[in-house]
Amino acid sequence: MTTESTEPTESPEKLLTPVLSASWAEPEPWTLETYRRYDGYAGLAKALAMDPNDVIAYVKDAGLRGRGGAGFPTGMKWQFIPQGDDKPHYLVVNADESEPGTCKDIPLLFANPHSLIEGIVIACHAIRSSHAFIYLRGEVVPVLRRLHFAVREAYEAGYLGKDALGPGKDLELTVHAGAGAYICGEETALLDSLEGRRGQPRLRPPFPAVAGLYACPTVVNNVESIASVPALMHNGKDWFRSMGSEKSPGFTLYSLSGHVACPGQYEGPLGLTLRQLLDMSGGMRPGHRLKFWTPGGSSTPLLTDEHLDVPLDYEHIGEAGSMLGTKALQCFDETTCVVRAVTRWTEFYAHESCGKCTPCREGTYWLVQLLRDIEAGKASLDDIDKIDDIADNINGKSFCALGDGAASPIFSSLKFFRDEYEQHVTSGGCPFDPARSTAWADTRDPHLEVSA
Amino acid sequence: MTDVHLGVPEMPAPDFPAEVRARLEADAKEIIGRYPDSRSALLPLLHLVQSEEGHVTRTGQQFCAEMLGLTTAEVNAVATFYTMYRRKPSGDYQVGVCTNTLCAVLGGDAIFDELKRHLGVENDETTEDGKVTLEHIECNAACDYAPVVMVNWEFFDNQTPESARQLVDDLRAGRDVAPTRGAPLCTFKETARMLAGFPDEREGAAEATGAAGAPSLAGLRLARGEAPGGRVVSQRGADQPSQQPPGHGPDDPAQGEESE
Repeated sequence: MTTESTEPTESPEKLLTPVLSASWAEPEPWTLETYRRYDGYAGLAKALAMDPNDVIAYVKDAGLRGRGGAGFPTGMKWQFIPQGDDKPHYLVVNADESEPGTCKDIPLLFANPHSLIEGIVIACHAIRSSHAFIYLRGEVVPVLRRLHFAVREAYEAGYLGKDALGPGKDLELTVHAGAGAYICGEETALLDSLEGRRGQPRLRPPFPAVAGLYACPTVVNNVESIASVPALMHNGKDWFRSMGSEKSPGFTLYSLSGHVACPGQYEGPLGLTLRQLLDMSGGMRPGHRLKFWTPGGSSTPLLTDEHLDVPLDYEHIGEAGSMLGTKALQCFDETTCVVRAVTRWTEFYAHESCGKCTPCREGTYWLVQLLRDIEAGKASLDDIDKIDDIADNINGKSFCALGDGAASPIFSSLKFFRDEYEQHVTSGGCPFDPARSTAWADTRDPHLEVSA
Repeated sequence: MTDVHLGVPEMPAPDFPAEVRARLEADAKEIIGRYPDSRSALLPLLHLVQSEEGHVTRTGQQFCAEMLGLTTAEVNAVATFYTMYRRKPSGDYQVGVCTNTLCAVLGGDAIFDELKRHLGVENDETTEDGKVTLEHIECNAACDYAPVVMVNWEFFDNQTPESARQLVDDLRAGRDVAPTRGAPLCTFKETARMLAGFPDEREGAAEATGAAGAPSLAGLRLARGEAPGGRVVSQRGADQPSQQPPGHGPDDPAQGEESE
């Protein structure tokens, strides 16, 4: 059901504000030459002329919040780094983009790696760091190639290396490829992994700002957060605050995927609604209706068509019972079985649980067994209560958010689609035909479908 | 290591041949030099030994341990945690089909089933000719290009069962295969060397396939008032960004999100 219709807008696409993506249609936007034509490294010049503390205060005043999921204010994270201690400080960029549905940092780094590098230099100036790391998930070799290329260019141009931050202030940047582990997107697991260990989350406190990489003060920021800093510095905090809302200012990348007519990256101010994004991009695929969607990846509780008009910012999505997460708007239409979707996500969490905390390690395992039975129609109605109970025993009871993430799809799908679970049980199987959900379902005969 | 040994412990693994060891040592020292603490080099070193042998052997693990002053048990604990380190000999081309929810629903399951049937292998098995190892993989951050297949971690976007079948046939026949996003394919071992931190020095490799596929540009084109691209079903090798296919444009009256 639709709660209300949007006000008629003459050209909804005018709502978009390409900043990070502005150069992507150029022939070679990943090069320093193109990046400079788009005011690249102008924000850095401004930042280097400022006192590091003033840079931190500026980013804080601008209201930039972390784009990796939690939405923590970036400037505040920087401010937590103790100054005047004799320890090295580190900046670690989390480019381990692995949250199911999330696909913003990879295209960003593929097309515009210098925005991240410039942001890194600014951040290192601010937190007084002389060594930064980009922890890139290993499974994206095309992006690794572009990062190697861009980092080399930045060294040659003097943005990195000797005296990069001023006389006597060198800056090293190391690109580090991971080796396949979703959990390493969790910041403390990432740090353990970067130290050459199994990627398992640490108990906090101490927080990374106090004891992070090699037990030294460390800032861990998402790619998009850091890459947003250069434009913010160059165009100013008032410009930044002219977009979005008081508490969620600025621009961001929305990633539209699934059963939509035009999946892709849409960069606009925080606070757009899914309805606006669908309206401007051609809606769901022809002849189909939105059934459920995630605002920010599979760990964010799923929403339905009741929530089409909820502004996509940290506050409103939170009030709607979910989380903004990574703005990974995975849209599924009425051909999709919610039990199948949740079972697959749960299999993912079980596979990726690092094994450290018992509730998550054991709970995700048992959830998979029960969900497979429910999907196959071999479960009882009690098992539906049981998955709810198990999810409750995982949620909030593990070191890191992977456990909470595993519980989210269970809770939210039961809230909106409990009848569909029951239908699987009472009718002895899945009532959906997976062939109808495929990208090619409506464009040709399903003669080649190989149903499992 | 999957073998279970009871009783007498295994003898230490044999060393690399002297020539190989000398070469790997030089590489290892370069890698270690990138980090303030040598142990941080362990993940890249495991990629490095994988680039030598195609998988992580006991010999490779022992080499890493010696370079970093760790025990082989410490190295083994790390090597077995991460899915990208193979623990048995595998093919030149690792074909990974995303079967996480979104890709699976949009056809990844059908593609994976079709490839299993066509190649006669199950998950994590290699074809008899040693060319292709088939795997199902988790979300690879390309959901706007779903369903996605990765070959040696290069992107093959918007796949269908037919295109994926053609892809593996081409790989096995030794025909040139180009990803939709990424560089011309190299072998799994060569890919592992890049992951160890040694840039791809092939001419044009970084430039290959341009900046972005149509989905990456969807919002930018709209904001500029240009015609939006529809769902792009650009097959492997086809020029891109491609034009919008008929019937998928914004003019289509079926605006799916509208409901009663």
